Amino acid sequence: MSVLTYSGIEGFFARFAALRPHLPGDVAARDRAAAILRVQGLPSIRDEAWKYTNLRPVAQASFQSAATADPSALLARLPQLNAPRLVMVDGHYLATLSTLPPQVKCLPFAAAPKFGTLANPACEPMVALNTMLAEDGFSLTIPANIDAGLIVIAHLTTAARSTHPRHAITLEEGARASLLEIYLGEGAYLHNPVTEIHIGEGANLTHARLQDEAEEGFHLGTIYARIAAHSIYDSFSLNIGARLSRTELHASLAGAHATAHLNAAQILTGVQHADFTTIVSHDAPHGASRQTVKNALAGRSRGVFQGKIHVARGAQKTDGYQMNQALLLSPDAEIDSKPQLEIYADDVKCSHGATIGELDADQLFYLRSRGVPESQARGMLVRAFLSDAIDMVANGASRAVLETAVELWWQRHPA
Amino acid sequence: MLHIENLAAEIDGKLILNGISLTVPRGEVHAIMGPNGSGKSTLAYVLSGRDGYTVTGGTATFNGQDLLAMEPEARAAAGLFLAFQYPVELPGVGNANFLRTARNAQHRLRGEPELDAVQFLKLARAELKKLSMSDDMLRRNVNVGFSGGEKKRNEVLQMAILRPEFALLDETDSGLDIDALKIVAEGVNALRGPNFSALVITHYQRLLDYIAPDCVHVLAGGRIIRSGGPELALELEANGYVGMVADAA
Repeated sequence: MSVLTYSGIEGFFARFAALRPHLPGDVAARDRAAAILRVQGLPSIRDEAWKYTNLRPVAQASFQSAATADPSALLARLPQLNAPRLVMVDGHYLATLSTLPPQVKCLPFAAAPKFGTLANPACEPMVALNTMLAEDGFSLTIPANIDAGLIVIAHLTTAARSTHPRHAITLEEGARASLLEIYLGEGAYLHNPVTEIHIGEGANLTHARLQDEAEEGFHLGTIYARIAAHSIYDSFSLNIGARLSRTELHASLAGAHATAHLNAAQILTGVQHADFTTIVSHDAPHGASRQTVKNALAGRSRGVFQGKIHVARGAQKTDGYQMNQALLLSPDAEIDSKPQLEIYADDVKCSHGATIGELDADQLFYLRSRGVPESQARGMLVRAFLSDAIDMVANGASRAVLETAVELWWQRHPA
Repeated sequence: MLHIENLAAEIDGKLILNGISLTVPRGEVHAIMGPNGSGKSTLAYVLSGRDGYTVTGGTATFNGQDLLAMEPEARAAAGLFLAFQYPVELPGVGNANFLRTARNAQHRLRGEPELDAVQFLKLARAELKKLSMSDDMLRRNVNVGFSGGEKKRNEVLQMAILRPEFALLDETDSGLDIDALKIVAEGVNALRGPNFSALVITHYQRLLDYIAPDCVHVLAGGRIIRSGGPELALELEANGYVGMVADAA
C-alpha cells in the first residue's frame, strides 16, 4: 500500500478518489455527499452552527494513510469490567477482540453497508464527509423485549489518519441496554464517527460516553437518536481528551411520552477545545428533555455548549429543561454558551439557565485548613462541581468508570 | 506551644491587629474575649493562614516553627485546627470522604502511613459514638442542609478525628442553643490533656462555663488590653466591655 499525504479538504477528495472503487455500499450516496462537500466545504466560523468551533487545525492537518498498529497498549487502558464488549480499531469492527452476548446482533458496516435514515449529509458537512469516506462501523441491534445489560464499546485509534466510521444502534420495542462507549487513541488523527440510534416503543437506552482521545487527536462525532413513544434515551458524555472535539447530538422525541436526557461534562486544560452541541426536537406531545451540561476549564482551554430545543406545533405538554454551568479554573479559559429555544406549541414548559463561576475561596480555605493540599482541594471541588451531572448516569459500573476518569485526569493535569 | 509576639495585620490596608503578644503553653486552654470588631476573627484567620490578610509586623511560632511562613495545610498537619465561626458547605463532597481525605492528607504531610477505608470507618464510628452523634453525619454532604448546631457539631467531629495539638475555636458558641453548646464543650474537654492546648475566641462568657479556661485575655482595638484568670470573664460579664476598654485607652 502506498503512503499518501493529504491536506485540507482536497486531501479528503483525493482519498475518496483512491478509495471509491473499493468502498462498500451505495456509491451514489457517496457521490452525492462528495458533491455537497464540494459546494459547502468544511464548516467555518462564518456558519452560525460552527461559530465557536474553528476547524482550521483540522483543515490544515495532513492525515497520513498510516497502517494500523498493535492496539494492545490501548486495550490495556480499557477499564476491567465484567461485561461484553465491542471493539473498533481504527474505524474497523474487530470480531476477534469483541465478546457480544448471543441475544445481541452485530454486523460490521463493511459487510452490510446502510447509511440509515436520520443523518442528512445536506445539513451537516461532517456527516457528508463521513458518508463520502465511511469504510466500516458497527450495527448493533437489541431485539424486542431483551435486556442486554451493560455493553462496552471501545473505539481505539492507533494510526495517524482520518477515520469516518458509520455506526447504527437499534433497540427494538421494549428492549433495554446500557452502553458505555470509550474513545482512546495515540497520535495525531481525526476521528469522525456518525452514529444513528433508533429506540423503539417502550425501549430504554442508557448511553454513557467517555471521549478520552489522544492529546493531539481531533474528535468530531455526530449522533442522531430517534426516540419512539414511551421510550427513554438517557445519555451522558464526558469529554476530557482530544486537542479539538465536537460532540453534536441530535435527539428527536418522535413519539408521545418520550424522554431524552442529554447530559455532559467537559474537563479541559492547555489549549484543548471541546464543543458539546445538542439539537433536541420535540416532535410529539408529552415529551420530556433534560440537559445538565458542566464545563470545568483550566489553562487556555475553551468549552462550548450550544443547546437548541425545538418544539413542534403538535408537541403539546412538552417539558424541556436545560442547565449549563461552567467553572473557570484559570483567567485564560473561556466558555461560550448558546441556548436556543424555538417553540411552536402553546402549552409547553421550557426553561434554561447558565452560570459561570470560579472555585469558591471559602471552600478552598476550609479544605486546606483541614490539611488538604491546595491542588488536591481544588480537585475535590472540581469533582464536586461535576458530581451532580455524573451522578445522573444510571448504570453504576459506567458511572464508576467516568468518576475514575475524572480522578485520573486531575492527577495528570492538576490545575 | 503557641507564641505570638507583637503581631500586626491588616486587611485592605486597614490595620486590624495592632501588636498582639500572647503565649499559650502546652496543656493550657486560654480564652480571648472582646467586643465586635476587636480583631478576634482576624487573629484566628491570620493564625490559620487564610488569604487576604497582610501581616505587617511581629511573629507567631508554633512548637518553634514559624507559623506565618507555612501554607494552611502545613499548619493543619503540624497540629493546628481552626473551628470555624461559619463552617463552609461543600455540596458534592461527602462528609466521610472529606474527613478521610483530610486525615490522610495530614498523615501524608507528616510521613505517616494512611488509613484505609475500613480503618477510617472504624475510627469515625467510635468518635461519633463518643460524641453521641448519628452515623448519618458521615453520609451527608459536608455541612449541606445542616442546622447551625449540626454544623458546629461537625466541627467538633472533625476535631475529634483530626486530633490536633492545638484548637482555635472562633466564636464556636455563636448561634448555639445550650444543648449544642454542651456537645461542643464536651468535644473540646475530651481532648484536654497535657499535650492539648486551645485558644477559645468568644464574645460571651457563657461558653467558658463549660470550657474552663486557664487564662483569659481581653482583646480590644487589635491589642490585648488585659490578661488574667477565669475571674476576668466573670468581671466582663458583670460590667461589659465598655468600662474596661475605656480604662485601657
